[in-house]
Amino acid sequence: MFSASDFRKGLKVQIDGDPYIMTDFEFSKPGKGQALYRCRLRNLITGNAFERTFRSNDKLEKAALEERTMQYLYAQGDEYVFMDNTSYEQLEIAKAQLGNDVYFLMDNMDVEVLLFNGRPIGVTLPNFVNLVVTQADPWVKGDTSGSDTKPVTVETGFVLQVPPFVEEGDKIQIDTRTGQYVTRVKE
Amino acid sequence: MIDVSGLQLRAVFIQALRSFFIGRGYLEVDTPLRIPAPAPELHIQPFASEDWYLQTSPELCMKRLLAAGIPKIFQICKCFRKGERGGRHLPEFTMLEWYAAGRNYLDLMDDCEALLRFVGQALGRGSVLKVGGGQLDLAGSWERLSVAEAFARYAPRSVDEALADDMFDEDMVVHIEPHLGRACPTFLYDYPAPLGALARRKKSDSTLAERFELYINGLELANGFSELTDPIEQRRRFEKDLEGMAARGLKPGPMPESFLRDLPAMPEAAGIALGVDRLAMIFADGAEIDRVVAFVPEEL
Repeated sequence: MFSASDFRKGLKVQIDGDPYIMTDFEFSKPGKGQALYRCRLRNLITGNAFERTFRSNDKLEKAALEERTMQYLYAQGDEYVFMDNTSYEQLEIAKAQLGNDVYFLMDNMDVEVLLFNGRPIGVTLPNFVNLVVTQADPWVKGDTSGSDTKPVTVETGFVLQVPPFVEEGDKIQIDTRTGQYVTRVKE
Repeated sequence: MIDVSGLQLRAVFIQALRSFFIGRGYLEVDTPLRIPAPAPELHIQPFASEDWYLQTSPELCMKRLLAAGIPKIFQICKCFRKGERGGRHLPEFTMLEWYAAGRNYLDLMDDCEALLRFVGQALGRGSVLKVGGGQLDLAGSWERLSVAEAFARYAPRSVDEALADDMFDEDMVVHIEPHLGRACPTFLYDYPAPLGALARRKKSDSTLAERFELYINGLELANGFSELTDPIEQRRRFEKDLEGMAARGLKPGPMPESFLRDLPAMPEAAGIALGVDRLAMIFADGAEIDRVVAFVPEEL
């Protein structure tokens, strides 16, 4: 259990059976009044957020969360299979739950899987991945159309904007947190 | 991280606070930080120092000086309150308090206006304060809003309903405070009598205490009131707060007997406590409290 004096940004708690993260926290004490803890909490499964004000004798349960390093093995239909690097235990995560992350998963990539009561609820990828461009319009030298970027498709099917000099077959680095182009990778 | 500009600003403006009071004939005093009995207040927890305490406010010692016949006094000192830490709170913070005989809470509001204008001039800011993306005019007349009006205007229920539902503090923090002191500073005044433990009741309405809080940019800066001078009533209020502490499982502190003994000699007076770090935050454009002190506890 966490008592109100333990509350802080980033704390992970459990309310009505769901895991929440405290995204905002403010200690307040109106003139001569009691200590109040204003919190904003985001449901780690649904993403829904709400604000609640707690008093100093209020308590919140600790969320039964666990983070494990796992390796991405393969996709089977809409299920993505991961393996625990130490126990070799395997588990599946649905494509919908992974969102845009499916575009940055490479075979044998290590990721951090967040589990709530043994159930995977989130995946943290490496911040950067290198992917090969599979489709790009050729760069017309002297192009005066004025556009600074052009769309390309990478090997996983992800489409993003890149500088005009990037060509088919190039390997590029992408920031998995934003989905944005970082640089061209020379190999 | 030490913010040099924040500390420079703080130094200049503490000098300005001193000049203001010295210029108006106030005597600067320096009372002990370590005392046998702080004023019993339900929601303020003192730090113990052996079997004494670190002061939560210099209030009791300063009132004893009023009782001893010094009519106008001020003090800039450290105060300590357990468990108070956040973007606007430090467990050790700097307080400015001033007390004057023969004055009331309305006079203190006038003092606040004059003091902040003086400090603004001393810092070369003129009368317009830029804070939190907005602008505040210190020169014009400041907003004076009664607690009852504030509830009617901003809260989902009346002040009486809030008291009955035990939601006064929540409504204050969530619904009222964010609106206060936006275009100009706001005095929130006439608190329900039970919320002014050391304040005098209003003669025209004994359900109210002659107490106010000063707000700028949603931040509470100062708490002032006409002083209660009746030792029997004061003892009764302290006893009530001590009982409240015991009911909450807190260890009730000792009764401040020497203060109660001197209280009959105290003249009619008004006194106010202003958070110096808070005021520095305002003049540092709404910065967090961490930026206007040399070190916060986590850095020590």
